[in-house]
Amino acid sequence: MPLKLYGCDISSRLLLGTARYPSPAMLENAIQAAQAEIVTVSLRRESLGLQSDQKVGQAFWLLIQQSGARVLPNTAGCHSVREAVKTAYMAREIMGTDWIKLEVIADDMALNPDIFGLVEAARILNEDGFKVFPYTTTDLGVGERLMQVGCNVLMPWAAPIGSGQGLSDRNALKAYRRHFESVPLIIDAGIGRPSQAAEAMELGYDAILLNSAVARAGNPILMAQAFGQAVKAGRSAYLAGPIEPYEGAMPSSPMVGRACLL
Amino acid sequence: MSMIQVNGKAHALVASFSTLLEELGLEKAVVATALNGDFIPAGQRDQIILKAGDQIEILAPMQGG
Repeated sequence: MPLKLYGCDISSRLLLGTARYPSPAMLENAIQAAQAEIVTVSLRRESLGLQSDQKVGQAFWLLIQQSGARVLPNTAGCHSVREAVKTAYMAREIMGTDWIKLEVIADDMALNPDIFGLVEAARILNEDGFKVFPYTTTDLGVGERLMQVGCNVLMPWAAPIGSGQGLSDRNALKAYRRHFESVPLIIDAGIGRPSQAAEAMELGYDAILLNSAVARAGNPILMAQAFGQAVKAGRSAYLAGPIEPYEGAMPSSPMVGRACLL
Repeated sequence: MSMIQVNGKAHALVASFSTLLEELGLEKAVVATALNGDFIPAGQRDQIILKAGDQIEILAPMQGG
């Protein structure tokens, strides 16, 4: 069954960030290799003083358009409700989507969400017709508040942005999945390796959003492919129903019918 | 000479957003604009007369995670 996000059927469960690639061509190829259907895009100052056809933002936007990927604009770098809401409005105007990956950052070093500002910004944007994808923690109460103000997707972090630490609090992520049983949950931030993405998918998460793990890899295209495969494998494993760990050994070959060879 | 700030850089004052965007080669570009911290939708740009000291932001889609 495809993933459904705000009424849209999404075929790929790997969402890819577009920053920090060694080159635009590498980004383009990584999107294809990951088979990502959704990519995140930020809003920044356009370069001034270059020829019209050399504007950095315009060239990037053309690349994204040509990739065929669906765009999820973000409010990365915003530290206040006011900034985040204004950025969302600007992104909606130029990117032609009411989807917004909502980030309200509390601290520049930790890049952790300001959960109070996040809920308030989500409320404002939901009331104005946005489809909000909130970057949040694994706090169940905050998740509830985000749902109450209209969010129908939640994006808890696995670990700090760009850290590559993987599932830093596996039990909290399991509890989050159990609590929000029927809400689309996307792991956003902290994934460093395909095995970690697969592990999150095995826990029942619906999708993974990552950037640095691919963009900063030695070979971003190969890593994008590896993440695509890992996310699919993790999803299949979750659907297949993994066995529970058992304290001790359990023979896999039958005990019945053993020969007497003493 | 009266000046404005555009994306943090000094720029000679011009009367309107459309003149500014044209001067910068951005008249047909995918950009969003803000004036003194407030978002100015494309449809409202022509109603605004710029004045000395105004701070203008011209933003575009960019790489992001």
